[in-house]
Amino acid sequence: MALAIVRLRHLFAVVMLSGIYSLLSAGIFVQLDAVDVAFTEAAVGAGITTILMLGTLALTTDIERPPVQRQWLPLVVVLATGAALIYGTLDLPLLGDPNAPANLHVAPRYIEESGQEVGVPNIVTSVLASYRGYDTLGEVTVIFTAGVGVLVLLGGTRRRRQGKDRT
Amino acid sequence: MIEPGLYNYWIVVILMMAGFFIVMSHGNLVKKIVGLNIFQTSVFILYISLSKVSDATAPILDEAYSEYSNPLPHVLILTAIVVGVATSALGLALIVRIREAYGTVEEDEVIAQDPDL
Repeated sequence: MALAIVRLRHLFAVVMLSGIYSLLSAGIFVQLDAVDVAFTEAAVGAGITTILMLGTLALTTDIERPPVQRQWLPLVVVLATGAALIYGTLDLPLLGDPNAPANLHVAPRYIEESGQEVGVPNIVTSVLASYRGYDTLGEVTVIFTAGVGVLVLLGGTRRRRQGKDRT
Repeated sequence: MIEPGLYNYWIVVILMMAGFFIVMSHGNLVKKIVGLNIFQTSVFILYISLSKVSDATAPILDEAYSEYSNPLPHVLILTAIVVGVATSALGLALIVRIREAYGTVEEDEVIAQDPDL
């Protein structure tokens, strides 16, 4: 799927493929027990991102010009980085290992105590809204900043265009 | 059922490198954003696969289960997905502005029109 996105030059098809890719990754998340993440990925990744990209294509163009420069340098860099990363994975814990370091630090406490402390059966919700509430506040700030940025970038052009019409 | 192994990391590396290659080798700005999204999703899969515990269930408390997957990476990735959409939206708005200013979304044509860049 990703390789098809690399090759295709018709941007409409690229955007559609990336939407399908998001939906597939949501399926992977369900398989890995992350149902909340899967909901968000399907709604936000496959839905909103695709709509935003289609909007951009409507405002710009949907055919990519064939590349002019040679592509061996990026390919070499990518292969070297990929080989280094694969070498790095050989020391990582196996998939599903209950004694992996990531699963031993604070997670057992969340699983055992959050039922009494917060009272919400969904542990992801209690961590998101209660234990890591400041994180979520920061996330809202980021979204607000991005929204303001988009409005400034796109709202300014409309005003300029109206000014041109008047003259 | 999920087999133990390292293959989850290899899938992540392949996806990550595909996204990285798109970002580096393509001059079209929309395609660069798509490449960034692929890269991003591969990192999400990395985190979620780290949190998987075999024979466990989704982290929703219930009398019938005692083993749950690690909920903390789920929370972090939930935040990251939403932030990722915000940044893509900002990038796409920038592309629309670049198109209005230069009449193109190809990187090298923009550079050719503006020798100062």
